Amino acid sequence: MSSANTLASQFGSAIIEQIDFRDETTLIVDQESAKEILRFCRDELKFDYLVDISSLDNLGTEPRWEMVYELCQLGNGTNEHLRIKYALGENEKADSVCDLWATANWHEREVYDMMGIEFTGHPDLRRILMWEGFPFFPLRKDFPLAGRESEMPDVAFTDRAPLEGGPFVTSPTSASTVHREPRSRDMK
Amino acid sequence: MSVMTTTQHAAYDTKVEGNIVFTQVDTAINWMRKNSVWPMPMGLACCAIELMGSASSRYDISRFGAEVMRFSPRQADVMIVAGTVTYKMALAVKRIWDQMPEPKWCIAMGACASSGGMYRSYAVLQGIDNLIPVDVYISGCPPRPEAVLEGLMRLQKKIEAEKSATSQFKKS
Repeated sequence: MSSANTLASQFGSAIIEQIDFRDETTLIVDQESAKEILRFCRDELKFDYLVDISSLDNLGTEPRWEMVYELCQLGNGTNEHLRIKYALGENEKADSVCDLWATANWHEREVYDMMGIEFTGHPDLRRILMWEGFPFFPLRKDFPLAGRESEMPDVAFTDRAPLEGGPFVTSPTSASTVHREPRSRDMK
Repeated sequence: MSVMTTTQHAAYDTKVEGNIVFTQVDTAINWMRKNSVWPMPMGLACCAIELMGSASSRYDISRFGAEVMRFSPRQADVMIVAGTVTYKMALAVKRIWDQMPEPKWCIAMGACASSGGMYRSYAVLQGIDNLIPVDVYISGCPPRPEAVLEGLMRLQKKIEAEKSATSQFKKS
C-alpha cells in the first residue's frame, strides 16, 4: 500500500487532492490537519528526511500563500518522495514543524525571511539571509525585482537596481506565456 | 630602473663615488610604491578564485611586486574587490577600506564589483564605486589572470603619474 493510500484511508476528507505525475506524488491537504498529516508521515510512514520547505505567492487569489513540504524516506532505503501542499490565508500563520524535523528550523526561517510567512511554535524565527531590520519580504510577487530603498544605519542599506525596461519576471496567471512573461513590464 | 632618470653631474663621478642616480622625489617615491603594491584580497565570489590563480606560479603576480596578499587592511595598499558585493556585505567592505592607510588604491575586479554584473537585484550593490573610489576596473566574468595582471599594470602606470611628494607642499 502506497504512502498516499495509507494517508487517504487515515485522514479521509483532510486530503483534498492527489496528483500523480511521473511517479511523483503530491497531496494537497487541509490546512487544519497539515501538521497531523506531517507527523503521521514521519512517525508511521517513516519519512525521516525533510528535503525542503518552500512557499508560493499566488498574488491576487485567495488564499494567497501555498506551503510545500518535500519529504523523503532515507532510513529504509526506498528513497520514496512525497510532496505535501496546503493553502494558507494572507494573515494566517503556519504551524512550525521544527519539533518533527530539526532541519525545518532554517527552512522556515528562509520562508519567513523571503515571503514573510510566520510560523507558530518556531524556537527562533529570525531572518536568515537578509539582515534584521530589512523592512521588506523580497520574494513576494508585489515586491519589485529591482528592489526598494531602505536604510539601517551602520548595518546595511539597499537601493533600486537599473532594469532597462524590465523587470523580466513572471506573474501568476492562467493566461499564455506571452502575458505571463512579457519582454518588459512597467512596475510602479 | 628605466624609470629613474640619470643625469650627468659635474660634482659626482659614479665610477669613483659608487652608484648614485639623480632623480625627482616624486619619481623615486612612485617607483617604490608601484613595485610593492600589497593587495588586500577582498574575495567575495568566483573572481577570488581567478585572483588566487593570478597569484600562483603560472601567472605569478609577484613579478609585479604584488604578491604580498595582506589579510589585514592596515598593511595593504590596494584593495582588489573580487566578486559580488551584496548589500549585506557592502558596509563591511567600506569599513575595511576605511581601515587601509593612505596612500591606497582600489581595483574593481570583474563585472559584479564594477557594476553589479548580472545581478540586477534587490540584494546586490550595483558597483563598488557607489561606496569607495575605484582606480581600475577589470572586465570579465570572472576575468582571466592575464586581465588581473593587466589591471595591476594599469594601476602601476597610474601610480607612476601621481604627485606623491609635491602634492604635500602648498604653493605660497
